[in-house]
Amino acid sequence: MTSNEYDYLRKLLKDRSGLVLSADKQYLVESRLLPIARRLGLTKLSELVPKLKVPGAEPLIVEVVEAMTTNESFFFRDKVPFDHFRETVVPALLAARAQERRIRIWCAAASTGQEPYSIAMCVKEMAAKLAGWRIEIIGTDLSVEVLEKAKAGVYSQFEVQRGLPINMLVKYFVQSGETWQIAPELRAMVQYRPLNLLVDFAHLGNFDVIFCRNVLIYFDQPTKIDVLVRLARITPADGFLMLGAAETVVGLTDTFRPVPERRGLCVPTKGDAKAAPAKPKAPESPRLAVAAGGR
Amino acid sequence: MKTCLVVDDSSVIRKVARRILEGLEFAITEAEDGEQALSECQRELPDAVLLDWNMPRMDGYEFLRALRRLPGGDRPKVVFCTTENDVAHIARALHAGANEYIMKPFDKDIVEAKFQEVGLI
Repeated sequence: MTSNEYDYLRKLLKDRSGLVLSADKQYLVESRLLPIARRLGLTKLSELVPKLKVPGAEPLIVEVVEAMTTNESFFFRDKVPFDHFRETVVPALLAARAQERRIRIWCAAASTGQEPYSIAMCVKEMAAKLAGWRIEIIGTDLSVEVLEKAKAGVYSQFEVQRGLPINMLVKYFVQSGETWQIAPELRAMVQYRPLNLLVDFAHLGNFDVIFCRNVLIYFDQPTKIDVLVRLARITPADGFLMLGAAETVVGLTDTFRPVPERRGLCVPTKGDAKAAPAKPKAPESPRLAVAAGGR
Repeated sequence: MKTCLVVDDSSVIRKVARRILEGLEFAITEAEDGEQALSECQRELPDAVLLDWNMPRMDGYEFLRALRRLPGGDRPKVVFCTTENDVAHIARALHAGANEYIMKPFDKDIVEAKFQEVGLI
């Protein structure tokens, strides 16, 4: 593949998905896209590029973008965000939403469903506290293909053994030979929709909790800022944003701020203005106090 | 250093498990069946037991029941590691006091995830 061809693919991926590939990531493009080229009877990746430029290439472009943006996922990945969800987020929302008794959760990169189903399992495990509450979980992803897998909720023996406690497997899955399927009642808790984070997502409505983990790391700085600002618009003042362990809002935007000692968890700063409107040295907001006392 | 007793009648599986667990900084002892494993535990209780189900003389399930009756026998974290991959076996193991369950075949990531799950990593 020539540098011109690689640059064409980089631009295509950046425009379509926000994925930023540095000059040294050519190996990654080759490993992900060679199977597509071979399936089309092509011997080299350089033969694939012209096929992306002809009229009617849209399905192939979508396939290429999906091949580059699909990443491995597993249940309760990184564990800590789910501890934050159980110990900080849900208790705060139980207090803040006592009237509405409704919580809306968005998994912005649902991939093959492990994250939204992990959240659904957390919700199920907190059934006593959430009895009578309406919990909506929406999972979105750029890739239609991974969402089909997410909807089916069928996982291999390997997939259910990484991060998923065995008692959860027994409780929330149905075994079918070598595979395990999410139980119907848990599948019914999650709705899936295709969505590109680069385009407007305001139509999804407001969310009390947004999981947007390990997505921003693939974007360049202006795209990160743009996405975070738009996420802030649909997060109520007392809502939460969960980022990946390696991600932060610091230095990017002041629409969110990190919650101290809760790695990855952020809150909108518009909540700060309400908590302390006039004082130059604002005391800790009630919401933060709830968060800090959650453990 | 934490200790793990690897119980399996297959020397190949014991060797693979030893290599993975030593990489996770466990000191390993081995047993070929439930009887040998129980003797080991009567001598000294390990922090963890990686346990096969089907073995000659005493199987993993009988060993687990006997282990849990020993003084202090509730302390070791027991992770089954077996080809008995159906819900009924898993449920029986949990009921008998297993802490986690690995369905063979396994790899390093799965062993690491399960030992994290029981709080030993």
